[in-house]
Order: sequence, then C-alpha cells, then structure tokens
Amino acid sequence: MPMTQTQTPILQLLGVNKSFGAVQVLHDVNLSLYPGQVTALVGDNGAGKSTLVKCVAGINSIDSGQYLFEGNDVSVSGPRDAAALGIEIVYQDLALCDNLDIVQNMFLGREPKAGMVLDEATMEKRAKETLASLSVRTISSVRQLVSSLSGGQRQSVAIAKSVLWNSKVVMLDEPTAALGVAQTRQVLDLVRRLADNGLAVMLISHNMNDVKEVSDRITPLYLGRVAADVAAKDVTTPQIIELITTGRTGDIGLPRAVAEVSA
Amino acid sequence: MTSPSKPKLGKKTADEASLEARTSFSGDSSGPTSLGGYFQGYVNKVRGGDVGALPAVLGLVVLIIVFWIAKPSDFMTVYNLGNLLQQSGSICVLAMGIGFVLLLGHIDLSAGVIGGVAAGVMAQLLVLHNWQWYTATVAALVVGVLMGLLTGWLVTVVGIPSFVVTLAFFLAWQGLLLVIMGQSGTVSVGDSVIVAIDGGNMSVGVGWVVVILSIVAYAAVNLIVWQRRTAQNLITTPLVVVSIRIAVIAVLLILGTIALSTNRGLNNSDLAGIPWIAPIVGVLLVILTFVQNRTAFGRYVYAVGGNAEAARRAGIRVGRMTIYCFVLSSALAAFSGIIDASRIGSVSSSSGGGNVLLFAVAAAVIGGTSLFGGKGKARDAILGGLVIGVINNGLGLLGVETKINYIITGIVLLLAASVDALSRRRRAGSAR
Repeated sequence: MPMTQTQTPILQLLGVNKSFGAVQVLHDVNLSLYPGQVTALVGDNGAGKSTLVKCVAGINSIDSGQYLFEGNDVSVSGPRDAAALGIEIVYQDLALCDNLDIVQNMFLGREPKAGMVLDEATMEKRAKETLASLSVRTISSVRQLVSSLSGGQRQSVAIAKSVLWNSKVVMLDEPTAALGVAQTRQVLDLVRRLADNGLAVMLISHNMNDVKEVSDRITPLYLGRVAADVAAKDVTTPQIIELITTGRTGDIGLPRAVAEVSA
Repeated sequence: MTSPSKPKLGKKTADEASLEARTSFSGDSSGPTSLGGYFQGYVNKVRGGDVGALPAVLGLVVLIIVFWIAKPSDFMTVYNLGNLLQQSGSICVLAMGIGFVLLLGHIDLSAGVIGGVAAGVMAQLLVLHNWQWYTATVAALVVGVLMGLLTGWLVTVVGIPSFVVTLAFFLAWQGLLLVIMGQSGTVSVGDSVIVAIDGGNMSVGVGWVVVILSIVAYAAVNLIVWQRRTAQNLITTPLVVVSIRIAVIAVLLILGTIALSTNRGLNNSDLAGIPWIAPIVGVLLVILTFVQNRTAFGRYVYAVGGNAEAARRAGIRVGRMTIYCFVLSSALAAFSGIIDASRIGSVSSSSGGGNVLLFAVAAAVIGGTSLFGGKGKARDAILGGLVIGVINNGLGLLGVETKINYIITGIVLLLAASVDALSRRRRAGSAR
C-alpha cells in the first residue's frame, strides 16, 4: 500500500487552535487524512481527541488555523456543512433506533421518496449493496430490527450508514470499545475495508493492538498538541504509549522543552 | 501486519455489488417463503417478546366466549353487535390519536376532556348560534388543534413534562367546559347529520357496496405490493400468508355485513344496516396506518420514540414532531368528543371526563402500543377499543354495578401494561 507523503491529503488541518474560555484545548494542531489510509488518533483522556473530532465535524468552531478539504480552504460551521463535504462521524454511542430495522436506520432522516411515499424498494436495495460492498455477511436480513443485533453488528450498521452517502472521510470514535474478541475482529476488518475502498478513515482508539493492526498512520495527541505523525510500521507499541504519556520518545515527538512546559 | 492476509477489494461496480447483495443475506434469500417458515418466524418473534396484537386478539376471543356463556340471550345478538360497534367508536378514535403521543413516549391525559370541550363548542354553536353541522364540526376540530398546539408548545419549547402539562389541562379544560355549558349543564344535539355519525346506519344496499369495494381494494393493494416487491427481489411476505390475510379480512367483513343487514330491531321496529361509525373509523384507520408506515412523518415518529438522540443526529426536528403529534392527538380527541355527543345525543359538563381517557389509554396499550414509546400501530387502538367496548357492554348486560366495572377496567389496564413492560424486558434480554 502506498504510504508516501507525496499523496495529497483529502482533509487537512493546519495550525488549529481551540479554547474553551481560558482553557486552550488544542495548540497548533496539524492533522492530515489521506484517501485509502487509516489514520489513528490516539491520546490520553483529556488530550483533546473529542474536541478535535468535533472541530472537524463542525460541532465546535475553530478559533484559528486552516481547514483544508481536497486542497481548498473551507469553512465548516455546522454538522450539515461537514456532511455536505462528505465527512461522516460514527459516534461511540451508536445513534441507532432499536425499534427500527437496519434499512430504516441506515436511511433515517434522508429517506428517498416517491411522491409522498417512502421509496422502500430503493432503500432496501441500496442498503444491501452497501453492506455487501463492505462484506458485512454476519447479518441475515436487512429487515431485522436493530434491537436484535449484537454489538458488532450494530457497529457494522452504523459504519455502513456512514458510507451510504458517497462520503469521503469517515471518523470512528472508539468503535471497538464495548465489543468482544470476535466482534472486534469484524469491526476492524470493516475499518480496513473502508480504507481499501478508497475512503480516508480516522480511527480514535485507546486500544494499541487495534491501532497497530489496522492503521497506516498514527497521530498521538499530547495535552492538545500533535506529538507526531508517523507511519504505523515505524513505531512500536511502547513508543506509541510513550508518545501518548510524555509527548515524545527518542527523537520522535515534541521538542523536550515544549513537552515539559505543557506538562 | 494486515495487508498480506487480506485481499484488497477495491471499488466494485454496481452490478457486482448487487449480485453480491443477492447472495450475501442468507436470511433474505432463503427467508420465509413458505407458510410454515413464516409461522415459525412469528412464533420466534412472540417468544422474543414481540407479542404484537396477540394478547388483544386472545383477550377479545376469551371475553366474547365468557359473556356469551354468561348472557347468551343478550350478548351474542345482532342488536348487541350494532350497539357494541357504536359504543366502541369514540374510544377507538381517541385511542388512535393518543397512540401517536404514546409512540413518542409522551402521554396525553387531557385528550378526553379536549373531546368534551370540542363537543361542547359544537353543541353550543349548533343550538345557540344555529350554525350548520359542518361549520360547527370544523370549529370543534379547530378548537382541538389549538389545544394540541398549546400542549405541544409547553412540552417542547417550555420543556414541561407532558404528564404535568396534560394533567394541568385535564383540570383546566374541565373548568372551561363548565363555562361553555353555562347554567343548564347539558345541551342536547339534535342535528340529524351529527346524530347519524354514531347513531345512524347505512342502508343495506350501500353497506354491501362499501364492504365489497373495501375488500377488493384491500386485496388489490396487498397483491400489487406483493407483486412489485417480488419482482424487485425484495423481502416479501409469502403469497400464501398474504392470501390468508385477505381471506380472513374478507370473511370477517362479509359475516359482519350479513349479520348487520338483517333486521335487528327490538319490538318489531325496523333496524338494519352497518352503523355509519364502522366505515368512519375504518377510513381513519387506513389513513393513519398509511401515515405511520409509508410516510416520512410516520417513520420519524417511530424514530423519535425509539431514540430521540439518534433522531436528532439524523436531522429530524424532534420538537416539531412532538408538537405535530399532540396536535394530531387533540384533533382526533375533538372528533371522538363529537362521536360521543352523537351517540348520547347531548353534551354535558362532565363529557370527556371521568374514565374516558383511562379507557382510551387502556385501549391503545391493550392493542399492543408501548407506554415506553416507539412501538404501536393505529390498528392497536381498534383492537384494544373493541376489548374495552366488549368489557363495558358485557358487564352492562350482566348488570354489574359501576364500582365493579371500574375495578375490572382498572385491572385490565394494569394487565395490559404488565404485558407491555414484561415483553419489553424480554425484547431487551433477547437482543444480545
């Protein structure tokens, strides 16, 4: 898989700052997401991962810095703007309706209509195609209620929902946090396939095994600063953990002075 | 670490994807194509806690048998069948409206009284101001809509729990009704059209035409939907099941029509034909079922009731949906008040009060609507309304005192709510 820096990022944040009142949460953050690659965003609690995601999603506005999408300077001031660009976020608490079936959930709020009637045929076909293109095979019927699905299947549906709309960037917030071993396997495979299908994927995770397994690049956040942006194959798990906890490891990471001042 | 073992899939063409789609979902392709398979699926659904209309249907059958045995000469007569339909009409309509509010997980305790106020407005406009029946009816419905708007606004914009808002209105609107009814306390409704709504019968000929056309339309719609979905290779109910469903509906309607077409008048009076209330409730049922199953509005109501946060993230305006549902509930409550006035022939200062609302909520819940939101159909209100109607009617024929009647109805509501709560727990348990 090509992992050269020469490829242009589809989504890029440059020098982004964000404060809540007197507290500066993000300091000069640079973030790049590439099509066909999984970028892992790792960091301790309070490092600013959620804030960063919300800034990308348009839920939080950025104080300063550049937001580039496909090389163009864009202003994203709400979730609808982000969705219009093709950025989808799969939140940790899945945001599925238990009492609706898979098709109904995948199209919720954006149902195609034939006149005043919902176009169930189109929805059902597209839902099947999308699930099939992601090789989600563990679901026996797309007309199953979501309440009857396992955690892994729910996560698969939530992810499939995010790629229905020709999205280009998918951000996944802790997708394996509540899953067992086999289900984690399913979801990680799915994350990998999203990238293999050409999407830019950002994976937020606390689990180093998951991160090492599926991601191409790793971006550790340390107290609101990007400690590094490294290829996954160039770092070991202990090095990632050191980056998360101290902001630097060996010659990778924040300059010693910055790391210590921040701490 | 990952790449070598996993083949890269790359982009698929639409054809490949749809081919794969057809082979991937084992449950869809090998799904319930036979009657046995469909039945097995239904049994599994019931075991998993999704009992649907089953308790209501069983309850109805048991109640009918019990009252039949207890009072064979009075209960199981065509005369009483006509009565039963007319007595259940207003409960069914009220319950269909409240069903929308229950679907959101809210409650509307003021619906019964709103019906009383609307009926009072209509009666006074007819009697004091000599309005035509249609303008008076429209005015009553407008009163219902405005009251629903006010309730919905207080619940969504001000943020008061619906329980409190509607409890307050339960009292306030009763006061308003006293003001409207004035000194006399009772106004009789004599307009022939209004009286016919829940007192008149269709002529036998018209009744047959309406029933036959309904059956043909029902069969046609079901078969066309089946044919279209099969042609597009979508998940479809087996044809046998569709046919049986059509046959059962047709047989029930025809038997009912045969019975109601005979002269059921007491003491040699002439009384025949289907009560007008039956087709009126039937049309409402069809419209509301269509809204719930086929329109975006219906889908969003279920979504909000199932997971309001998910609905909000999907771009659904939750507050607006809530207001719409309260308006719908109150408008149908106003109509149910008119039906009640039509049956009794008058409106009094106590119309819509007392146990009216309890009956309607009980009807919806008995039919299978969940008090927790997100589950229920317009059909539930009809089935539950008939159960309540049969209980009332049967106990009345048995000469049971009001106090016992209240206790029994209260217990039935508790039973239905228990089934709801337990089946919900079972569903949650069987999910993972």
